[in-house]
Amino acid sequence: MAEPLPRRSFLARGAALAGTLVLAGCDGIASSPWALDLLGQVENLTRRTQRLFAGGHALAPEYDKADIAAIFRPNGTLNPGTNDYAIHMANEFKDWVIPVGGLVEKPLKLTLADIRALPARTQITRHDCVEGWSCIGEWTGAPLQLILAAANPKPEARYVVFYCADPMGEASVDAGGNPVPAPYYYESLDLLEATHPQTILAYALNGKPLPVENGAPIRLRAERQLGYKMPKYVQHIDLVDSFARIGGGKGGYWEDLRYQWYGGI
Amino acid sequence: MTDALREGPTEWDGLVDRVRAALRLPPRAPKKPTYLFYRHSVPVRALHWINAICMLILLMSGLQIFNAHPSLYWGNASDFDHPFVSLTAAGTNEHYWGVTQIGPWTFNTDGVLGVSDTDGVKTVRGFPEWATLPSASPDLAIGRLWHFAFAWLLVANGGAYFAYVFWSRHYKELVPTAADIRHLPHEIATHAKLRFPKGEAAKHYNGLQRLSYFAVLFILAPLIVLTGLTMSPTMDSAFPFLLWVFGGRQSARTIHFLVAFSFLGFFFIHIAALIASAPINGMRAMITGWFAIEKDKEDG
Repeated sequence: MAEPLPRRSFLARGAALAGTLVLAGCDGIASSPWALDLLGQVENLTRRTQRLFAGGHALAPEYDKADIAAIFRPNGTLNPGTNDYAIHMANEFKDWVIPVGGLVEKPLKLTLADIRALPARTQITRHDCVEGWSCIGEWTGAPLQLILAAANPKPEARYVVFYCADPMGEASVDAGGNPVPAPYYYESLDLLEATHPQTILAYALNGKPLPVENGAPIRLRAERQLGYKMPKYVQHIDLVDSFARIGGGKGGYWEDLRYQWYGGI
Repeated sequence: MTDALREGPTEWDGLVDRVRAALRLPPRAPKKPTYLFYRHSVPVRALHWINAICMLILLMSGLQIFNAHPSLYWGNASDFDHPFVSLTAAGTNEHYWGVTQIGPWTFNTDGVLGVSDTDGVKTVRGFPEWATLPSASPDLAIGRLWHFAFAWLLVANGGAYFAYVFWSRHYKELVPTAADIRHLPHEIATHAKLRFPKGEAAKHYNGLQRLSYFAVLFILAPLIVLTGLTMSPTMDSAFPFLLWVFGGRQSARTIHFLVAFSFLGFFFIHIAALIASAPINGMRAMITGWFAIEKDKEDG
């Protein structure tokens, strides 16, 4: 039979070391970039596993009219507050044009009338905020897959990037004294999520034109994702093969601040 | 399991005797003869400690995530005006304090729940900095990174544990018997008197242990994983029945929270039982595998 002593002291020291690392060092490493990059690798495992079960076409549950919230809770930007946006608001967004460009065979310039003329989809869905709350609303819009089909993505296109009209935070000054404009909200989906049947460019909430606090005139709905993946005030759509040279390089405003790009969980 | 290995006093006993002698304390009464029993195998010990680390990190990062919206609801959506539980601030912008609301009742929990200090600055936050990972609040993005990474580790570790207990037939030790349920009042009474099984009886889990381990492994553990998955909108598209089982996404979030605190309750009972029964012996057994057993009289 084995002599327990050497293993015993080894295990005791190992346990003591693990305990020290966890309890004393936790907060020190909790926010260190190397630890977070390591933890972030799990995102790929989560995405692959979830896609294994949900595939490209499993639908988010839809609800009844009776489930619709009286007020759809707005979050993030409630009004972009820029001069440009104020002019569009005063004009009831009649001149709002969304260019669809990048890696496509046929770039488009979509007016609101163009988007409304497409076959519409209406869905009563549950909006899940990354903060933890949920709210149910009825959205009407044009399936993004129809717009992408019209633009005909090139074979190398992998992601759809949405640039928005709302600046986040204040303009600042960099170390060299040069003014840095506030970053604008942006987000991205891969083609699988972008061509999902419930992924729509929504222009109506609960049967009325989209209110300003909910993203007028156009917001994205991607019903299998968390709220931050569904940008409001969509102003420009671009197809790309990588987001390395966009914003902070992570594929979205919140992603540049350490949120996961995969927003299905 | 392997039986006895070494007889006589352990080196721990020798150390205690030397310390007592150095402090000029009277020598202890001679102990009953013991022998060491190999109680926990290497896989059980390794999985136990990995699990302990996972649970600590998951609880603390979970409280960080909770702080992003420190309210709980029932149903599919959030009824923002009528949360089931909420940790929030009451008062005015100048003079405010932390409160905990549960159903119709509100309690002042200033300094701990609702309002507490972050780096010495009074902050509106659900749980306090000593309870969350990271300690700052809000830090939802980093809380989520920790939570999901260790959720995967917990599931892998738990999967390895279930595979091991069924392969090794250790599960027979964990499944309560009809006799366990019959003897439950007696077991509770003897535990309440802090009398724990000794001698040969200490080689096996007692009925109360079997019932509580069974509840943790076969009820709480699946519940926390499934309610966690129900909060994922993509998983809801793949398995919509999860929403039906738990009564909606917000109900699942509430159950997830309640089960997390049930785990915390189990942890306190687990530690209390360890301290009340045989703290050094029990801790040593979970680290080295060896548990000292008092010889029964007939053993001489």
